[in-house]
Amino acid sequence: MIDTLLAVRNLCFQGCGPLSFSLSQGECIGIRGQSGVGKTQMFRALSDLIPSTGEVLLRGRARETFAAPRWRTLVSMLPTDSVWWYDDVAAHFNSSEARVFLDRMCGKVGLAAEIASWQVNRLSTGEKQRLALLRSLQIKPGILLLDEPTSALDDLSTKLVETLLLERCRDEGLSLMWVSHDEAQLARVSDRLFVMHKNQLTEVV
Amino acid sequence: MNIDSGTVLRLTSFDLCLASSLMLVLAILSLVLQLGLEKKILIYSIRMTAQLLFIGVILRYLFASSSFILVFLLSMVMLSAAGREAWVRQKRKIKGFTGYLISTGSMFVSSFSIALIALSVIIDVKPWYTPQYAIPLLGMLLGNTMTGVALAVDQLTEQLYRRRSEVEQRLLLGQDWKEASLDIRRDCIRTGMTPIINSMAAAGLVSLPGMMTGQILGGTPPVEAVKYQILIMFLIAGGTGFGVISAIWASSRVLFDHRERLRLDNLQSER
Repeated sequence: MIDTLLAVRNLCFQGCGPLSFSLSQGECIGIRGQSGVGKTQMFRALSDLIPSTGEVLLRGRARETFAAPRWRTLVSMLPTDSVWWYDDVAAHFNSSEARVFLDRMCGKVGLAAEIASWQVNRLSTGEKQRLALLRSLQIKPGILLLDEPTSALDDLSTKLVETLLLERCRDEGLSLMWVSHDEAQLARVSDRLFVMHKNQLTEVV
Repeated sequence: MNIDSGTVLRLTSFDLCLASSLMLVLAILSLVLQLGLEKKILIYSIRMTAQLLFIGVILRYLFASSSFILVFLLSMVMLSAAGREAWVRQKRKIKGFTGYLISTGSMFVSSFSIALIALSVIIDVKPWYTPQYAIPLLGMLLGNTMTGVALAVDQLTEQLYRRRSEVEQRLLLGQDWKEASLDIRRDCIRTGMTPIINSMAAAGLVSLPGMMTGQILGGTPPVEAVKYQILIMFLIAGGTGFGVISAIWASSRVLFDHRERLRLDNLQSER
């Protein structure tokens, strides 16, 4: 029996919706749709960054019963463009646990082993995108909402990122919602595929 | 001209007209250099003159009557005007009456409480609302706190608007609103405090503060004038600090909602 992790009923936000769907533990849902249709805003609503109405349940427990910061570590979002507020990479991984995680994982996404000692302004867009993924993973989310997570990456780095994320789905039960304009990528990574069109989310059978 | 100590040279209307010609020259310069400030220079010069002449007349009656009700009413007018000035100077204002309330409330908490402590405990004037002490003291406190609050809140709304992606990504990493906006709030408090810290650093070395200069010109012995100025500087610094901190705290509470979401929709659009 499939274990439902996230249940969304009649979610409405900024003129979009009502949207209803569910996500199981370890599952990856792929989402495509035209630019401006509301995919990013849906992620922002799910991670409680913007007001929304409807029911969002995590293992049957309503979102409102979680403290907001706790909710955002359980249902976290990785935006397309990462922002860095300290000069050094290491400062963004400031706990010893986070540094160990970074050192252990950077090779898996094709980043240099000594990247923690670099300054942020030395990083390329692709390096920032992969580092932002590791920054989101180190808080150990149960669900990660990925907004075009490989848009700035070459084929090899894209493959590494896909492999890492699917490994974590399989081994650690991480659940993913993956937005991409690359249909081939969505076919590779997703267990189910949805299309967002005219403010509605429809499953592609 | 030789003058005796304690003699005040009376200024004539002609003296003031002569000084105001500087503003005329400045306005012409602004017109020539296309700075676009000429209208403001002229309007605010006339407004400042009218305001000061008006308060001069009011103070003459107030000092003569020493009425608590009149002192209270005038201080409320001063507070409302200071709150409005601090609010309208912001580029991205908090919507509705809330923005005005925050500016006025923070100044009320800081300036009024400090003025009250200074009058009743430090200066120990009897009665504590003696207008010759209460009104100038409150005026100086409000004037400086207003500048600090206006600068700090303007900086807060602007920074949160420009750095919203940073704040939101910090929230997405599980930080609460206080942590996600900590750097911005600290910068804003520093910005609000900078003018008074600069004034303290320059006092006596670069500039002779206005109140002290006024007292010396009025015939007060320099050492007495200096003592009052030191007291005033401490009070102003304290008032500005408390006012800025409370304004930043209250504004932040409006710009982050109960679910710790950054609510820039609570700001008016920039014009």
